[in-house]
Amino acid sequence: MPSLGADMESGTVIEWLVKPGDRIGRGEPIALIDTDKAVIEVESFQSGVIEAVLVEAGSRVPVGTPLALIGDGRQAAPSVQEGPTPEPPSAETPEASAVETPALPVREKPTPEPPAAEAPEPPAAEVPAPETSAPPVPETPVPVMSVPETPAPPVPAPPVTSPLVRHLAEERHVDLAALHGTGPGGRITRSDVEHAGRPSRPKASPLARRLARDLGVDLADVPGTGRTGAIRADDVRRAASRTGEPARAVPEKSRAMPEKSAKAAPDRVAKGRARPEAARRQRAMRQAIARAMARSKREIPHYYLATTVDMSTALAWLRERNRDLPVARRLLPAALLLKASALAAREVPALNGFWIDDAFAPGRAVHLGVAVSLKGGGLIAPALHGAADLALDDLMAGLKDLVARSRAGRLRQAEMTEATITVTNLGDQGVQTVHGVIYPPQVALVGFGKIVDRPWAVDGLLGVRPLVEVTLAADHRATDGYTGSRFLSAVDRLLNHPEEL
Amino acid sequence: MSTRTARPARREDQAAITYREAVRESIREAMHRDERVFLMGEDVGAYGGCFAVSLGLLEEFGPERIRDTPLSESAFVGAGIGAALGGMRPIVEIMTVNFSLLALDQILNNAATLLHMSGGQLNIPLVIRMTTGAGRQLAAQHSHSLEGWYAHIPGLRILAPATLEDARGMLWPALEDPDPVLIFEHGSLYNTSGVLRPGPVGITRSALRRSGRDITLIAYGGTLHKAMKAAEELASGGVEADVIDLRVLRPLDDSLIVESVTRTHRAVIVDEGWRSGSLSAEVSARIVEHAFYELDAPVERVCTAEVPIPYARHLEEAALPQVPAIVAAARRVIAS
Repeated sequence: MPSLGADMESGTVIEWLVKPGDRIGRGEPIALIDTDKAVIEVESFQSGVIEAVLVEAGSRVPVGTPLALIGDGRQAAPSVQEGPTPEPPSAETPEASAVETPALPVREKPTPEPPAAEAPEPPAAEVPAPETSAPPVPETPVPVMSVPETPAPPVPAPPVTSPLVRHLAEERHVDLAALHGTGPGGRITRSDVEHAGRPSRPKASPLARRLARDLGVDLADVPGTGRTGAIRADDVRRAASRTGEPARAVPEKSRAMPEKSAKAAPDRVAKGRARPEAARRQRAMRQAIARAMARSKREIPHYYLATTVDMSTALAWLRERNRDLPVARRLLPAALLLKASALAAREVPALNGFWIDDAFAPGRAVHLGVAVSLKGGGLIAPALHGAADLALDDLMAGLKDLVARSRAGRLRQAEMTEATITVTNLGDQGVQTVHGVIYPPQVALVGFGKIVDRPWAVDGLLGVRPLVEVTLAADHRATDGYTGSRFLSAVDRLLNHPEEL
Repeated sequence: MSTRTARPARREDQAAITYREAVRESIREAMHRDERVFLMGEDVGAYGGCFAVSLGLLEEFGPERIRDTPLSESAFVGAGIGAALGGMRPIVEIMTVNFSLLALDQILNNAATLLHMSGGQLNIPLVIRMTTGAGRQLAAQHSHSLEGWYAHIPGLRILAPATLEDARGMLWPALEDPDPVLIFEHGSLYNTSGVLRPGPVGITRSALRRSGRDITLIAYGGTLHKAMKAAEELASGGVEADVIDLRVLRPLDDSLIVESVTRTHRAVIVDEGWRSGSLSAEVSARIVEHAFYELDAPVERVCTAEVPIPYARHLEEAALPQVPAIVAAARRVIAS
């Protein structure tokens, strides 16, 4: 589990994009990880063949936990049926394989004797965890097992299933052979797969279900008092008040948010679409922000500088440029502000980088963090890579893409970790001046307010000019006010020469 | 039949007035306000109306404006449509909703449809009043509640006055509506009486007749008073009910229903129609569509048994929604 942010302590594997046996290249996305702030695609650090998946989708593990084994592909194909088994093989036991060391295991010779049929756990560190939906016929006839000493019993007949069911089972890593089919003639149905491994759905009223979600109560723990044991709203409220500070027995769900419940009731708009873990995720994001910001204010001695920039030249240039462009390709003033910040950061590299281990480590390029507020609340500041080198058009397109993906919760790993300096633009909100809090371990945060027409002295005369307040919050450990003022001067100069942007 | 109403009560504001008198007053007022208004139907003139609603009006307005018709619903409803097309503002009385089926072709295929088929050129400013409902031992051919069928038809506005105020006030805005309006007067209401609170009423919204917080009872027409009684009984057991009077069955105003269920999280619908494919089914569906995540119990319905309304009193009573059944349904919902 990689660290995808300064304060990430653990992450949840949302989905595997690869399965054992897949050949992957370096940099290829292999899994979706939920960091509480966003869902990130994790890329492989090396090429090879996925030998085993060690953490099942849905599990939350601390940073540093091995997620999968990547081998060189010469090992046994993992999808070989493991030993003759008179009964359907039991479901995969990931714990067994989790004890393997993350180092590449060397397995020139496979285990000499097939594991005893009675022992459900394969000997650790020897046999890779079998693919869950073991196809009855191996895809490649690999000479894995040495010839069995006993004649192989007949291969159990594959369960009768539809293509949809097989597809679903593969997607969800459900072992069809271990499933009890409820369809005609014991056939495995779609819902059998969907409900595999899940406790049966408790009977609850729609309101109770919604309340449980809002209050972070797990319905499985709530005794129902309605007819035929149905759980009603009052039962959920009782459970929520009993839990108070909820035990973390069900860490994924049990987070009571009493202050939210009062407000949640009259809200009828978004209820149907809210995902079950929305409340938990909301809280988790708040906590992640809280940790980062508290650390920032605790550790970083901020100094603040501000200047006012006359935007008339920049806006006139922008109008001129936009005039000939179709609406979709027009630039927003924000693009100029971001580009100016990126170029200024390149000019003043002491502000572009990280404070790590009592020393400043300069960023290799300017990866501009862009603060994006999320619709449901919360904030994320993904990086616009190489912003100083992007043409304005590309920067604009990159910005749109970044904002859209931030709000959709689909950011890439590098975007989450590699920002070297962050810009927050609260001008849209009508804010005049931003006094920012630095996102550690970065050392500077640039703030833009709203561009407003104000009286301004120009060449000894009073004129009305569009002005913007530019602020810099910087880490005094890394730089001093003089460095910061050079940065703001550079921003001012660049915005007055938009053709250089 | 009322015997004391040889002459309609003149404006005695604090005196009790019957539902029948309130309807009569509304017709008189309309006749006075607009000379294009006239009343026609079976026995509305000399006999004073089958339910004595128009008693005395023939003497007051003469046979030109209070017109007795032959016993052909199709013919006189069709004549009403023609008169409306010709610029008049007819009030057509049909004796009971059962007989209105003979005029269904005129109502559906002409009155409700001409505006659409003429590309918006032909409005039909027609008002049809009719009696609906059971409870008076009039047997299966005079006792059904078919207003839910009419509430299915686009192009019509369907009203169900359950209170004196609505009986008195709905006719005039109905006549002002440029399109056909059907008013369903529940037969059991004509003799109910009370002090009328004068004032205009609307014909678009449902009304909250009682405020509670534990459960929403939804009723209209003849079942409103049963729902109110049930609410009183529930209150004596500590359960406070919202009671909603639908008033307008089409276009159905579901905003109040949704608002109420959002507060109470439980609903019982009372409908004298048969349950299957009924207005109560529509209301229930609206609740589920718009307030699903507010529901803390399944919606219950108290409807008429799915039989032709029996003649024998005890069987008729057993077939209809009654107060104890409403109370029982409400308690089931509260407990479930």
